[in-house]
Amino acid sequence: MLQVFAFYLFSAVLVLSSIGVISARNPVHSVLFLILSFFNASGLFVLLGAEFVAMILVIVYVGAVAVLFLFVVMMLDINFAELRAGMMRYMPLGVLTGGILLAELVTLAKAWKVTPVQVGESNPTNTVAIGMQLYTDYIYPFQIAGLILLVAMIGAIVLTHRRRSDVRRQKIADQNARRAQDVVEVVKVPTGAGAA
Amino acid sequence: MMAVGLTHYLVLAAILFTTGIFGIFLNRKNVIVILMSVELMLLAVNINFVAFSVFRGDLVGQIFSLFVLTVAAAEAAIGLAILVVFFRNRGSIAVEDISTLKG
Repeated sequence: MLQVFAFYLFSAVLVLSSIGVISARNPVHSVLFLILSFFNASGLFVLLGAEFVAMILVIVYVGAVAVLFLFVVMMLDINFAELRAGMMRYMPLGVLTGGILLAELVTLAKAWKVTPVQVGESNPTNTVAIGMQLYTDYIYPFQIAGLILLVAMIGAIVLTHRRRSDVRRQKIADQNARRAQDVVEVVKVPTGAGAA
Repeated sequence: MMAVGLTHYLVLAAILFTTGIFGIFLNRKNVIVILMSVELMLLAVNINFVAFSVFRGDLVGQIFSLFVLTVAAAEAAIGLAILVVFFRNRGSIAVEDISTLKG
């Protein structure tokens, strides 16, 4: 009973906050609604018994992706009111497409004959079970996922890095290549005359 | 009130996915909100994956939802980096200004 209540609570807040994401006037509010919807989705995952995915969802999405969005929204000086102009023009097309898609998906989900599989309560916890499969059968996809993240990191740095001309940087190679005989001059100073 | 089954989760994911699509239509000038809508759609896919995984008793769905999560994070990082560079060059992120390649 409590489970049913929790499902409807989480899913209602999830749907409402996702509507908030796409309709909020202020994009900072959009990001905050996005965070709320991620939290509710992770609550749903806990309800399903997938604790590991739930925790990863909070860590990756709320801790990294949403904060990244927040940074970008606050860093860029954008006139958002201008971007919202003419928003209602696309409303009918959006409602039409979304309505058809939703009707199709719901029809499909309702018509889906699922033979319920009775899963015995497995001995290891969810995290242990995932780890045992992920690091054995799915080790290559796992490594490729790491590679994708590495490429994304390098790509983001290469894209946003810029060389500024008004900053003086330390050139370590030049410093190492400097030799004493090139730059130091030994002058014989006669007594009483002073150096020229 | 009947017990929560697989259909409930599928319908919820369908609603979420449709909200994401609708968000792209509604905010088709604002790239940031479009990226957030894409994140919502990926979240709907993840809900489908995890729900099937739990109700079918097969852990592979949860493993693939982790991969979806990885790709979503990479996509957000690259997308926002491109957005920052574009804003630095053009001073705007309106989608209709991104038409230099059209000639």
